[in-house]
Amino acid sequence: MRLDLLSGLNAEQAARRPAILITDLASGEQRLVRAKDIRNDPLEDELQEYLRLGKSGLLEKEGHQFFLTVQVPPVKVVIVGAVHISQALAPLMRGVDLDAIIIDPRTAFATPERFPDVTVLAEWPDAVLPGMSLDRYTAMVALTHDPKIDDPALSAALRSSCFYIGALGSRKTHERRTQRLMAAGFTDADIARIHAPIGLDIGAVSPAEIAVSILAEIIATLRRDRRRAA
Amino acid sequence: MLSTDADILKTAEAWRRAGKGVAIATVVETWGSAPRPVGSHLVIDQDTNFLGSVSGGCVEGAVITEASEVIADGKPRMLEFGVADETAWQVGLSCGGRIRIYVERVD
Repeated sequence: MRLDLLSGLNAEQAARRPAILITDLASGEQRLVRAKDIRNDPLEDELQEYLRLGKSGLLEKEGHQFFLTVQVPPVKVVIVGAVHISQALAPLMRGVDLDAIIIDPRTAFATPERFPDVTVLAEWPDAVLPGMSLDRYTAMVALTHDPKIDDPALSAALRSSCFYIGALGSRKTHERRTQRLMAAGFTDADIARIHAPIGLDIGAVSPAEIAVSILAEIIATLRRDRRRAA
Repeated sequence: MLSTDADILKTAEAWRRAGKGVAIATVVETWGSAPRPVGSHLVIDQDTNFLGSVSGGCVEGAVITEASEVIADGKPRMLEFGVADETAWQVGLSCGGRIRIYVERVD
């Protein structure tokens, strides 16, 4: 691999842009196709399909065998609420290579002391989410219990292509949340995107256990197509 | 820190820029139950330092040995591993799967 191609792949990754490296396995020839250039590529249809699946693989075309190294951005998790569960969740996420960002306007909660080594924004979701790209590689987790903070974040997530949206709270809390979101114009299909009560049902009790159940649900959603029983 | 494929390729770039000979091994095809998915990387430098994996630790040794030759002569190679007793390699996959691995030098 030429160093400039390797460098290009790494630059696209750092910028959260998908890219595909195409290797002709017989000749060793390679080229890098950035997401924005796919539509001008002779292999456009095939590249789009590989990108949609987010998986690397072999492609036979006109007597050539190509290997496509498909690189998609790292998964980012926006955690709304600098609460006790978040303190357990952030380090767990780092352990499985998910990028975490924590948002909470309550400055007593959103402190670097409570969240070492994590990006913490002491801002209202309304103020910071519009500047953030909530793409299909992003998950949103609302953990404050406070509609003033959670609802605007959930609304932004529902208007985006986030692959996972979860909200903490009992069934009753979620019923009231659903009514508010419907009143704001969201549909049943929108509401169905929200995982609530949040997390896989593992009987979690402590904040750390709840964090594990949330993390497991995010991974289960991300890897849906690989699960034995969906 | 754990190593995602992105971290592994970043490391490959950093090693090369530091003037080292570097090879990248990539799983390009798997059959049956294979320990690491297609697209997984292992990077190796001229001193056999390595990062990442292409199996569950079963064939890395052989890949690293081949990588040293790729670093030396610059010719990419395709390696194939199956269960131990069915291949010419000294190593194999105890899980019963088969994998094909492309090894190339960073130039």
